[in-house]
Order: sequence, then C-alpha cells, then structure tokens
Amino acid sequence: MNKIIEAKFIAPEIKLLKIIAPKIAEKRKPGQFVIVRVHDGGERIPLTIADSDIDLGTITIIVQGVGKSTKHLNMLNAGDYVQDVVGPLGKPSHIEYFGTAVSIGGGVGTAIAYPTAKALKDAGNYVISIIGGRSKEYVILEDEMRKVSDEVYPTTDDGSYGYHGFVTGKLLELIDAGTKIDFILAIGPIPMMSAVANLTKKYNIKTVVSLNPIMVDGTGMCGGCRAIVNDKTVFVCVDGPEFDAHQVNFDILTKRNRMYLLQEQHSLESFMCNYDKMFFSELKEQKEKV
Amino acid sequence: MEGLSPKERMKIPRQHIPEQDPEVRKTNFKEVNLGYTEEMAILEAQRCIMCKNPLCIAGCPVAVKIPDFIKMITEGKFREAAAILKEDNALPAVCGRVCPQEDQCEKVCVVGKKIKPVAIGHLERFASDWERENIGIQIPTIKDKSGKKVALVGGGPAALSCAGDLIQMGHDVTVFEALHDIGGVLVYGIPEFRLPKTIVKAEVEGLEQSGVKFEKNYVIGLMETVDELLERFDAIFIGVGAGLPYFLNVPGEHLNGVYSANEFLTRVNLMKAYDFPRYDTPMFDVKGRNVVVFGGGNTAMDAVRTSLRLGAKRGIIAYRRTEAEMPARIEEIQHAKEEGVEFMLLVAPLELIGDEEGWLKSVKLQKMELGEPDASGRRRPVPIEGAIEILPVDVAVVAIGNGSNPIISQTTPDLKVNKWGNIIVDKDTMKTNKRGVFAGGDIVTGGATVILAMGAGRTAAKAIDEYLRDPDSWDRPKAQQEELAETTK
Repeated sequence: MNKIIEAKFIAPEIKLLKIIAPKIAEKRKPGQFVIVRVHDGGERIPLTIADSDIDLGTITIIVQGVGKSTKHLNMLNAGDYVQDVVGPLGKPSHIEYFGTAVSIGGGVGTAIAYPTAKALKDAGNYVISIIGGRSKEYVILEDEMRKVSDEVYPTTDDGSYGYHGFVTGKLLELIDAGTKIDFILAIGPIPMMSAVANLTKKYNIKTVVSLNPIMVDGTGMCGGCRAIVNDKTVFVCVDGPEFDAHQVNFDILTKRNRMYLLQEQHSLESFMCNYDKMFFSELKEQKEKV
Repeated sequence: MEGLSPKERMKIPRQHIPEQDPEVRKTNFKEVNLGYTEEMAILEAQRCIMCKNPLCIAGCPVAVKIPDFIKMITEGKFREAAAILKEDNALPAVCGRVCPQEDQCEKVCVVGKKIKPVAIGHLERFASDWERENIGIQIPTIKDKSGKKVALVGGGPAALSCAGDLIQMGHDVTVFEALHDIGGVLVYGIPEFRLPKTIVKAEVEGLEQSGVKFEKNYVIGLMETVDELLERFDAIFIGVGAGLPYFLNVPGEHLNGVYSANEFLTRVNLMKAYDFPRYDTPMFDVKGRNVVVFGGGNTAMDAVRTSLRLGAKRGIIAYRRTEAEMPARIEEIQHAKEEGVEFMLLVAPLELIGDEEGWLKSVKLQKMELGEPDASGRRRPVPIEGAIEILPVDVAVVAIGNGSNPIISQTTPDLKVNKWGNIIVDKDTMKTNKRGVFAGGDIVTGGATVILAMGAGRTAAKAIDEYLRDPDSWDRPKAQQEELAETTK
C-alpha cells in the first residue's frame, strides 16, 4: 500500500497526486512511468511520473479521469492509499544538448512533457514550451513550465487563453518566424502527436513522442503494448515509451487503444452507478441521523 | 503391505485420478483433476516395488526421494510422506500437478517397463494436499543461521525452489518480484483449472513461514540494479524467466483480437478478467466467437482450454507439425480433446486479416506436409503449394514461446549473455561470469518447464551455499574443488 500525501484537481477531471514511494522517487528519470493499482482486483494503470521529491520520498502523477480506474483514482484524497505502485518502468528520455528544444504538451500530456522539458533545460538547451488545452482551464502546469522554459506559449482550441488554435498552429508560427528548432518533444492525445509528427517531418526536425498504449505488466512479459515503429513491432514498455515521431504508426496505435472501448464504458457505467448508490445511501443515512 | 510380493504389487492396476466431467468442467475454472482418496493413494503406492536401485530419483530434476515418500504413503503416514517431499521440493503440490512426470520419474520407473508406471505425480500431489488440508503446511527444519544474505530476482519456480533450499541451509533469503503477486508463471500463466491459485499461495506462505522474505512490485534492474543489490547481499540468484513473447512475424499481428499467450493468460489468471467487471481488467469477450491458438505446447493448451471456459464457440489449436511432435503433455492434449478443442495440424499462419477498424476477422493458413527429416531427425513440415485455407476467427492467441527479457541484461552490461539474451552459466553450479551472481530457469535455458527451472534453482542453491561458506571457492577450478572435497572427507 502506498499513501497519498497530497491530492488536488488542477483542471476539470485532472488531478495531481503525490504518493509515497521513496525508492521510485530516488531512481526515476524523466520519461519513465509507474504502474498503479488503485485496489486489489484493480487494473494495472500505467502513468508517467511527472515529478519526484527525494527528501519527502514522493512521486507526483497527474491523472485524467477517463475510465473507471482513473476516475476511481481521482476520487482518492490525501491520507488515502493506493494498493500498489511499481516502477520506474520504461527507458528514460534521451537527454542531450540539442540547441533549441521545443516541448509540446497537449492537455494532460503537459504533465508528461514537464520532467523531460526540465531535463532538457538542465542540459543547457534553450527550451520553448507550447502547452495546449481545449480552453483556459485545461491548460495545466503553466507556472512549472515557465520555471524550466525560456519561452512558454499556452494555446487553447477556443481562444479563451493564449494562442487561439492547436499546438501545431503555434509551432508553425514559430517555424515561419524563422526560429531554428533542433529538437521537439510532443506529448498529448494521439491526433495531436500525429499532427506534430506530420508537420515536423516536412521541416525535417527531429521529433520524439511518448506513446500510451494499453499495458498489463509493463515489463515486456505480455506484449499487449506492442506498436509499430519503423515498420517493426516494438514493446512500448521496454523499448519505449519514447520513439522517433516520424516512424510511429499512429493509425495502428489509435485502433489498438480502442480495443476495450465497450468494456471500458460498461465498467465505468456500473462503477458510477454503484458510486451514486453509495453516495445516496450515505446521504440518506445522514438525513436519517439528522 | 509388507507381505506383498513384487508380483502381487504389479497386479494392482494403476489408479486413475478422478476428474471433473469434461462437459461440466469446460464451463468452469475449477480444477480438472480431483485427486486421490486416501484408499486410492495407498493402493497406488503399493504398486511401487521399492527397487534396490531406484531410477526414479535420478529422473527427477530436483531428486525427490521417491521410494521413501511412497513407502510412507503405503503405511498411511501421510504427514511423513509430505515431509520427505519437502526436503527436496519447495513446491510439491504444484509439481504434483504440473510436472511432466511421463518424461521424468515415471518414464524411468521400473514398474513402467512391464505395465503402467507408478503414478508418482498423483501421489506427490496427494501427500502435499493431505498435509495442507489436514495439518497445514509444516515448516522444515532449518539449520543454524549463517548470517549471509541472498537476493533472489524473480518470484517464479526457479527462485522459489532456490529459496526453499537456501532458507533450510540457514541463510537470509529475500525474493524480489516485479508483479503484484508471487509465483511467476504459476500465477500469471498456468490456469486455475490446472493449478488453483490457492495452492500456489499456500506453498508461498509456507516459504514465508520458513523465513523467506518477499518484496513484491520490485523490478530489479530498474528500481535497483544487480550491482546495487551486490552491495547489500552476499549472493544473488537471477531467475526472471523468459518473459518476452514471440509473435508470428506475419502481417496483421497488431490487429485487435491478437494476443500473446502471456497476455491472454495473464488477463484471465493474474488479473481475473473472466470476472470482469467485478475485477477491473477487461479482455476480448470471446462468448460465441471463434478462437485459434497457434502452438502445440502446454501454454497453447492452457490458452485454448481457457477460451472454451470463457464461452468460445470454437477453440482451435493450429500447429505446423503433427500431434506426435506436439511438445504439450499427453494429458493436456487428452484433456483438451475431451473438452471439445479442435486440432488443425500441419498448418502455418501466413497472414492475419482484419477489417478497416483493425479487428481480426480471419487467418490465412498454409497447409503443410511432412518432408525429409531435418538435423534433429524429425520430418520437417514443408508447404503444399497452393493449399491455402482461410479460417474465420475473432481471436488469435500466439503461443510459440518466449525470448529473453532484456531488463536485467540491459542494466547489468557486464553480465555475459548469448546472442539470444540468455544468461551464460556454468551448468554444474549456475555461476555467471559475475562474482556472487548465479542464474537459472528460463532466463538461462529459454522457455522450458516449471520443474526444470526448479531443478536449476536447487543446483544454484547448493553452489550458493558453498560460495557463502567459502567465498574463495568461486575462483577455484572444479577439479581442485573436487580434490579438496576428497581430502576433507
């Protein structure tokens, strides 16, 4: 069991959780992930480590509540426990001095891009960060990104904050303005990563993405997370999660991530329904007491 | 009993182990074999002629003192029988269920030369089940504490067997397991109907009570490297298993509905997806669908029989050779047939075909025929030109084996591995090229059986014990060691 010592929503449905896991905090490198089980009988959920604090012995994960397991996780608060956490898993980000590096985060992807952006900055790169969201409230970690970036550009799809449009629009603007970009890290929803890859391929800019396939064990044993990169099968958990964006087959990744869509909906509905029942019975109990 | 002559013993027919009815069992996950009653066990034990020079012990990879424990059963001393088993085998209730006895102890059984061999496996199962169910798993005698610490990497059969021996030798033993449950393939791979998880759990708890410490959710290599472990342990045993599934290397293996056997079985066994959504992990709903499994080993049989229990309309084994070449145990093939598994022999997959949304719809199979014998003497399957068949399926499970998991070798660059990534060891001692580090099981041999991994664990335990008591022995050549042993005698 691992204790949560801090839990707060930083955007609608997006929660930041600090969990006690000293050994992982000490060992983890940017780009690596953990697998969390919320309860015994729970799914193994892969989540990138956003940050860590060696002194406190904590790791930070930022979770978007999408399905049953992530919504359940996001119902937990400081003082609660998760069943277990294992990691750090996967290969760390490849960090070196490139020159000018652009880190692009879409939605909760910003949380995954953040530690690598920080490491790129520490390696002496000039770091430009583009952080996107549907609207202002979905743009996360702006303050943190500002601390590790030389320039930060928030973007929103609806224009409620920063640049009006997609992250690719802002990126193209930078390219058109003559910014010499040596390296791009793009992390977010698959359509976003795919759009960035298409754009930067044209300009021949080295681009890396972090993939988020369905996983079970996270140590190479099951092969469920396989993706096609450079026309070859890779296991994202041990060969990745970061890959050359120009070689990733995003179409197959998208389709594979839909594998359990029906079951996931079913699981979420029955969970929310039970949760409502629980909630209302508690409410009723309280009323009865009053 | 004493009065029975060998001739009389040989007149007793081999006791058939009661089984669940195939029509019933193919709809549930309960164990297929039900086990002997006390009377059946005693009768079967009496079939053993107590050879003066028994061959069965040497036929057992962990050298269980077979005639000794069987003798105890004939006398109704079941507790003593279980204790004798435990001296050499850390997981007797597991081995009594999953060992291929027909290729080991029972293959060389002297009785078996004339009639059916003594059912050593069923008796082993009986004695250990009797102990667990009647008096609880007993703790073996443990030697005085040596003060030496050993880390075992991986919580599967190799490490558990090694742990069982090392703890009895008086060492301080810690097992590091990457998953959230101990047992390795025993918990994620072998299905409930062949090896109930409560039995694995009980045997692991037995080890725990003997003093073995277990660290779950602990990935050696990533959380702590082998070199870091060496700073706080006197010796290390690596038994991480093969654990990197092979795929077919044909177009379409990325389609939804295509699984490695590891994933298919892990979802069902470890994650309990058969009870979704009570358990959170989903899997493809195979109810009323067609499932094909590629491969002919025990894992393939486990996967196809699991698919039937999940409600599949057809469960099909597709294998490129004939039944005679199948590596699966005869019992498993027999059980699969009884449950209605279809066997397509002499076929090889050419392509997995899906729809536009990426879902598997059919497989294209190449029919084969047996050609000239190859180097191993087996007749090699060769394609029959133009004989191609399309088999409509919704799920394909690939059970053609495992490569070696890269995590340890990538994070321990000076550990010698062969070109397939298997750790190179001295086969008599399981020593690697790295001082204080031993290895055994599938990570050394490539995919093999539970009992061979356990045998390697035992061999390693003996060598580790020797190394811990005399660290200088590491460098001593074998001949010199033997000489030394002679003189100390």
